Amino acid sequence: MKEKLIWVCAALAVVLFAITPTMIFTYAPMEKTLFFNQKIFYYHVPSGFVQFASVFLCGIASIIYLKNRQGKWDDLAAASGSIGLVFSAMMLVTGSIWARVAWGYWWVWDGRLTTALLLTTVMAGYVLVRKFGGPSAERLAAGLGIFAMADVPLVYFSVRIWSGSGRQHPKTSAVPSLTGEMRLTFWLSVLTFMLFFAVLLVTRVQQARTERILHETREAALDGGLIE
Amino acid sequence: MRVESLAVSKLAKRYGASRALAGVDLTMTAGRMCALLGPNGAGKSTLLGILSTLVRPTAGRVTFRAGDKELEPGPALRQKIGVLAHESFVYGELTGWENLLFYARLYHLEDGEARARQLLDRVGLEDRAAERQARTYSRGMTQRLALARALLHDPEVLLLDEPFTGLDRTGAAALASTLADSKAQGKVMVVVTHDFDAIAGVADHVVVLRRGKIAFETDRRDPFSRDELEEMYHRHAE
Amino acid sequence: MQTPIDTAGPCGAETARGTPGAVSFWREVATLAWKDLRVEIRSREIVYTMIFFAAMVVLVFSFAFIRQGKAVGEVVPGILWVAVLFAGTLGLSRAFGRERESDTMRGLLLSPSSRTAIFMGKAIAIFLFVITVAVIVVPMIGFLFGVLEPAYNANGGLERVGLFDHPEQLALSLILGSIGFAVVGSVFAAMLMRAKSRDVLLPVVLYPILVPLLIAATKSTFSLLEGDTAEVWFLLEFMAVYDAVFIVIGLWVFESLVIE
Repeated sequence: MKEKLIWVCAALAVVLFAITPTMIFTYAPMEKTLFFNQKIFYYHVPSGFVQFASVFLCGIASIIYLKNRQGKWDDLAAASGSIGLVFSAMMLVTGSIWARVAWGYWWVWDGRLTTALLLTTVMAGYVLVRKFGGPSAERLAAGLGIFAMADVPLVYFSVRIWSGSGRQHPKTSAVPSLTGEMRLTFWLSVLTFMLFFAVLLVTRVQQARTERILHETREAALDGGLIE
Repeated sequence: MRVESLAVSKLAKRYGASRALAGVDLTMTAGRMCALLGPNGAGKSTLLGILSTLVRPTAGRVTFRAGDKELEPGPALRQKIGVLAHESFVYGELTGWENLLFYARLYHLEDGEARARQLLDRVGLEDRAAERQARTYSRGMTQRLALARALLHDPEVLLLDEPFTGLDRTGAAALASTLADSKAQGKVMVVVTHDFDAIAGVADHVVVLRRGKIAFETDRRDPFSRDELEEMYHRHAE
Repeated sequence: MQTPIDTAGPCGAETARGTPGAVSFWREVATLAWKDLRVEIRSREIVYTMIFFAAMVVLVFSFAFIRQGKAVGEVVPGILWVAVLFAGTLGLSRAFGRERESDTMRGLLLSPSSRTAIFMGKAIAIFLFVITVAVIVVPMIGFLFGVLEPAYNANGGLERVGLFDHPEQLALSLILGSIGFAVVGSVFAAMLMRAKSRDVLLPVVLYPILVPLLIAATKSTFSLLEGDTAEVWFLLEFMAVYDAVFIVIGLWVFESLVIE
């Protein structure tokens, strides 16, 4: 039953990935001030949503894992962390391109981009700890995941404090001016990204789980002295 | 409620890819001394670590029994456990005396000072030495201080990992008499050692570990002699 | 004597068992913190190296930011907190490294002390080390960058306030910043104690989490120098919130993180 659900989501994602760019380029109208470049917003912001979702998912999975030490929660945390990192990078890259075309700089220190950068750094740290943390890397990573999740609101507010009267992120001025078609395209794009994230996540978790079951079966046999 | 027995069942411990323990079933009772023998890497220290409740096994469980009740791992249980290991758990910048007082406070001892004095006496650390910082001590003196520390709170369960290594003659004598006394007092004792002389005449329960599993186990009323211990080791550990 | 009941918190942490428990908890914390202090007073290794390192950071930054023969004053908040951050990381590394070298942490974990008491004891000790360094470094910065006295512009209007003109604001920012660093740092340093590459991993995982605190702290010093009292208090409140959040999380999660 779960299998079927995943296949449905995957199929849906594929379909949406075919539809959405078409919609972006033909259906959604040109934005008044930024013209063609604004269209990157349909990829940039959903990436940001996924980044946020992945940090929270990782944090919650980490809490559960620390509490009951069941491998599957660790798998989920690890998957969220690494896949989330990819989407974070995507958000930064698209943000950078947008900034370049819109204002001529490859990077702007505005609120949202800076928050994204910080979160990306934290997630990169998470992936590094998993890889180089030694034998108890899962435990360490779980701790980091929890702290990272708690840090998100603090990061958000502190960056706002910090950038104060910095450059206005275009979304704050552009979103209210979204027309109906743009809004539809936008939310469809968000859905596409979320589905894509979910599919990747589930696949990754399944893969890790199979690995884990295989590993644990072998270990149980070794522990019990059944095989050498 | 005094600890009467310590049992492990189907105990296993993995560190990443390597396996330290692979299915161990064992029961140790109060008033006996269990000698844990085996070659290096057999899993003896790991087993001791799990018995001290500090290391979580990857499979199986540890049961501390007092009467018909099972004692839960936690501060109350740790209060009853004393460990002497390779590391001395001693702070170099503090004096011997200060080290003991510190641990006395951690173990909530009401008569900390009296106990500390008593134990410094027992291990043969005189006042002048006890007033010096522990980092000025010789290896033998440090181990003696470590022994005093392990016994300070009069634990009911004694876990000793190669306790005779590094001990000088005074210390070794003190430890030997302590082992005999503790056995008479009905403590649960597990000793990992290669020094058969030291535990001969006291150890009455022998377990030989090899590659994470019990290769041989025996116990009887009378303690084993040095030759018997050596023979068991050579037969099953190598 | 009754057998105490172990109540498990969300992550297996041991919660306090009633009022008598609370008193002995703080006594444990005091014993542990006092031990760390006494060891440090005897050896002085950590605090001396921290101070020296912080001073070097300040000097290096001064040279980096000299223009027209005079060090640039606007960088004062940044330099102050970066020096504290770097020196603090060094102290953290050393303090936990020391416990690891003699494996005394295991001795502590074997004792009936609650894990949270161990955590708090360590955090308090780190806090005191960091605050000591800050107390020495702040006047040094004030001196080198000429911000000890207020500055006036051409028309006699107040351009910049002196660094020590509002001592309570300065003191509070140093205290709150040090607390935040000590708490988060202690959790991460304890977590990484047995990991490989722990010296490299510590800053890598610690700094991103500390950024909000760093931002608030530097801005508070900046606003303090500008004389913007309202802003300073707002930022101090933010720092207090940060500290509170991570103290709670640290206490909640510490036990699960140090058990194998």
